[in-house]
Amino acid sequence: MSGDPILGETVLSAHGVGMKFDGFRALANVTLDICKGDLTAIIGPNGAGKSTFFNILSGAFPPSEGRIAFEGCDITGRRQHEFARMGIAKSFQITNVFPQLTAAENVRIAVQAMKIRYDIWTPRRRLTEFAAKAAELLNLVGLHRHRERHAENLAHGEQRALEIAMALASDPRLLLLDEPTAGMSPEETMTMIGLITKLAEDRTVVLVEHKMKLVMGISDRIIVLHHGELLADGAPDDIRANDEVRRVYLGQGG
Amino acid sequence: MSDTGIRVSGKRLTNTIRGVARHRVAAAIATLVLLPWVAPYEALSVNILLFGLYAVGFNLVFGYTGMLSFGHAAFFGVGAYACGIAIATFDVNWLLAILLGIIVAGFVAMIIGALAIRTRGIYFAMVTLALAQCVYYILYQWSRLTGGEDGLRGVSVKAANIFGLKLNLLNPMTKYYVMLIFVALALWVFSRILESPFGAVLESIRENENRARACGYDTLRTKWLAFVLSGMFCGLAGALYAIHLSIVPIETAHYIMSGQAVMMSLLGGMGTFFGPFIGAAAFLLLEDVLTLWTEYWQFFVGALFVFFVLFFPRGIWGSLLYWVGR
Repeated sequence: MSGDPILGETVLSAHGVGMKFDGFRALANVTLDICKGDLTAIIGPNGAGKSTFFNILSGAFPPSEGRIAFEGCDITGRRQHEFARMGIAKSFQITNVFPQLTAAENVRIAVQAMKIRYDIWTPRRRLTEFAAKAAELLNLVGLHRHRERHAENLAHGEQRALEIAMALASDPRLLLLDEPTAGMSPEETMTMIGLITKLAEDRTVVLVEHKMKLVMGISDRIIVLHHGELLADGAPDDIRANDEVRRVYLGQGG
Repeated sequence: MSDTGIRVSGKRLTNTIRGVARHRVAAAIATLVLLPWVAPYEALSVNILLFGLYAVGFNLVFGYTGMLSFGHAAFFGVGAYACGIAIATFDVNWLLAILLGIIVAGFVAMIIGALAIRTRGIYFAMVTLALAQCVYYILYQWSRLTGGEDGLRGVSVKAANIFGLKLNLLNPMTKYYVMLIFVALALWVFSRILESPFGAVLESIRENENRARACGYDTLRTKWLAFVLSGMFCGLAGALYAIHLSIVPIETAHYIMSGQAVMMSLLGGMGTFFGPFIGAAAFLLLEDVLTLWTEYWQFFVGALFVFFVLFFPRGIWGSLLYWVGR
């Protein structure tokens, strides 16, 4: 349909997806497939419709037009928690954790969500497998030594890493990250990029990013949105060579 | 010298507070067992016991889940009326009547919760208030069943028979300890709920509902269940209150009762296990002391309430816990 079909199995596909907010068209007729094992970056200048598209892919709201399918199953219009339970995990653009709970408890709650939701009787401390998995995930994102600290007391970059640990708690088959480096210092950004690269080795990751430079080196495939439409779709080298993309980015000063 | 003395006793206090927080059910029950011996007069201790339980139930929704309900009088009132009517009109066994109070309150909470749970913040407060007022007017108007304005009379339970043990409920001390058995059981169940995975989900919703949803929790259903459980605890408090007074005044369902739950939780410390009891004790004590001095006691309670909201938003117990850094 759009761009070159890249080898591999489709995990998520968008077909003719569009979104209108009170008459304002934020997204129009976007059709694409996300392939298994890829690190796909969605980029575009401000107002390109990236966040709208991300929110539709992650189930925050349904599209006003078009369909979304996950592993061949139409999931358009399902609710947020259903997306999460199916295996689509997301991180937020704005840091989104449970501020007054410890880092370990933040992740433990996310782990627990896949198994137990309405048990009002078993003491938490007896469910050791959740705590063990939470510890493992904190280790993976490099937060193990901060596990007993309240999330609100962590540095910005650490909170973002915590959020990713929470997203990984469901063993997602698709991990969606919305500007994971937003507001980060250069050092924090480097750490985060390293983490994303590591995660993408054996996972399907979709990354929404404003800064083109950041994703060039790490992505398998880049999708460029502009004015709510699909402008380009291809390998990083093709995107770099694409005149239209260059014009859009230079025109915006991005 | 005196400096070290203060420091040592400060440390002891810190350890005491920590210990109490860790063994909360045991500590709560121990305190309540001793309460009639330290309270200035025994009627106050029963009120602290029952209003404390009411505030604890309310706190599940307010302090732990982060929803400000202004309609919990409905559950207290319905619990009291259901239990009272069962005893006074249908001569049901008092244990069954208490159970009935819990169930009917839970049922009313299911309905009010289902209608209110989609709204948030001030709208949630308004919807729960409006629906609780509907309950109030039903109780008020259905006077053949409820006694209407005069309240329900004849809820008399003179003697209790607990596993062969005959107890005279006309004796205030005996009555207090019989009530305490129910409150102790309720506190134990409440603590289990807080400790459970479900309790963790409630806290996560209070912290960040959006994130909880993204984790895969159906937050609407979770909040609804919390609301129903909360209503059942308040229903139990109401049912016991009916037996305690042997009448059910219409005021049990009045919106002032809803406001009292908010006041007690905030005074004591919302989202803490002990806060509601301490808040209930402080509120009732204050009411009693101030009414001796002035008929405008509500003015002073209101002023204190504003003072707490502005300067001690954690409440009495919450501030103590914060102070010992727990």
